[in-house]
Amino acid sequence: MIHAAHDDHGHGPHAHGDPEPAPGESIADRTYVPAVLRGIKLTLARFLQKKFTVEYPEESVYDASYADRGIGASNPRHRGEHILVKDEQGREKCVACLLCMAACPALCIHIEPEPAPAEWTDRERRPKVFEIDMLRCIYCGYCEEACPCDAIRLTPKFYQPTTSRTERVYDKQRLLENNPDAQVPQRPRK
Amino acid sequence: MKPKLQATGLAAEALRDSPFGESAMSTEPGLADKDMIINFGPQHPAMHGTLRLVLRLDGERVRKCDPEMGYLHTGFEKLGEYRTFNQYVVVTDRMNYLSAMANNIGYACAVEELLGIELPPRAKAIRVVMAEMSRISDHILSIGLQGMDLGAFTAMLWAFIEREKVYDVFELTSGGRLTTSYTRVGGLAFDFPEECERRIRKFLETLEGVLGEIEGMLSHNRIFIDRSKGVAHFTREQCIAYGVTGPVARASGLDRDMRRDRPYLDYEQYDFEVPIETDGDVYARYLVRLAEVRQSARIVRQALDAMPAGPYNALGKVTLPDKDDVYSKMESLIQHFMLEMPGHGIKTPLGQVYHSTESPNGELGWFIVSDGTGVPYRVRVRPPSVYQFQAVQPMIEGRLVADVVATMSSLNVIAGELDR
Repeated sequence: MIHAAHDDHGHGPHAHGDPEPAPGESIADRTYVPAVLRGIKLTLARFLQKKFTVEYPEESVYDASYADRGIGASNPRHRGEHILVKDEQGREKCVACLLCMAACPALCIHIEPEPAPAEWTDRERRPKVFEIDMLRCIYCGYCEEACPCDAIRLTPKFYQPTTSRTERVYDKQRLLENNPDAQVPQRPRK
Repeated sequence: MKPKLQATGLAAEALRDSPFGESAMSTEPGLADKDMIINFGPQHPAMHGTLRLVLRLDGERVRKCDPEMGYLHTGFEKLGEYRTFNQYVVVTDRMNYLSAMANNIGYACAVEELLGIELPPRAKAIRVVMAEMSRISDHILSIGLQGMDLGAFTAMLWAFIEREKVYDVFELTSGGRLTTSYTRVGGLAFDFPEECERRIRKFLETLEGVLGEIEGMLSHNRIFIDRSKGVAHFTREQCIAYGVTGPVARASGLDRDMRRDRPYLDYEQYDFEVPIETDGDVYARYLVRLAEVRQSARIVRQALDAMPAGPYNALGKVTLPDKDDVYSKMESLIQHFMLEMPGHGIKTPLGQVYHSTESPNGELGWFIVSDGTGVPYRVRVRPPSVYQFQAVQPMIEGRLVADVVATMSSLNVIAGELDR
């Protein structure tokens, strides 16, 4: 029946339907049973192998057991949330040169500079306001690349749920204290 | 008052024919005598991305098909007029999100041709490795999805595992899995780590076994062959007429590969074959992709074996100086500021350039017009997916609904680069 319907539409040799049996193909092959069985056999063989999936969020690639994959926290180039780096005296390293603001393709950084206090002899300016809108940020790492004094870095931290949008706009204090426990890796530039 | 939406094409025809106007068409009396019009996508579980096909069905048979694009419009080309040459690299990631690395490389090569800079050999070799790894991940996923759409879900999961391994390598190298942003004009963002070479070699060793498994499951599988052989037939002449390139064209016997025909990144020094099939159907495309994965693995091995030492960035005024020098040397600090400050940066000469690379989906071309400022006057992309998506119509008209799924997965149309 189906064949007749096909012929009515005149689709020639390429029309869909049961093609001619290939040479050496038995009736058993045409029933699809051997093909199905072969598929199930392969699936069962894989079933017994070590599984590759990570049951996030119960476990994550950050866990020590996944350190051999070399990704996530153990990868120094991983691009996660930002941190403003502090110098030896606990001040921000940032001198408000605005290069990161200019380099940002997503336009998510907002800086307002102010004159540095007189006792800070090593610089003239510091940021009064330093805000990063993490919802706009695309985590490309251009700000880190643009920074001439190693003041902003991207950390491997990425787990970041909040209950409101305003919480995702990080101010200077939050960026300075972001991820204080994690060791922030120095990115290899060479 | 809400503006009334205007339907076009087949959808308008359907509304005109229907006595109920915009009410549900499925309740129409006398449906058996009439053609039915259905929307396949943009939200359909079997559709890859937000693509829409309006199908006119006579029973199970597709009478007419209207492919529609525009459901993922992003304005990528317009964005190019407001971003500097380096800032645009992050946008290219998001165009073909299955092979971001290939897009990064294609774009960077085009800008370098405009600037007329020669890359150091190490940068070229790293780019070749990354481009071919990207091709492996794209093709193997495409093969897996082709299997999934025709009922072999297992093949897709195996392909995903291999893709994850490629993405691990990408993350080690660039810091990002999907949005790699690895290239910069005149070089790369980071050097290629030692660790990566070991990882890639290990991956290539296991890849052959997995390819064999996938091949064993699909290539001689009656179900897969019945649903793919002779389906969505496209001739060599049609490919040329429609501008189709890449694996789809090579499956129709069109012997064309930009890596061989117009070598960039010193591709002529690698020994590889361009796989050709002549059937031009879904099965031939599957075979071509499978063969291309093996050829890419071959290129990666050669590139790794002959990986030259030296700088990974072109020396000169377009690449950022070393970070240690920026902290300590005045010249480097000045160059750093000259490249990063607003209004400065890379200045291209007045002119225009078209540069095309062989991306996993086909010929990916970049047409860049520069007016001499630091921002392109116009960035135009020639994404391979557009040409493949318009070929859907002749491929599936007259065929069954089930073949639509097989066709779409064999073309590997990516909505992100379709609507730019």
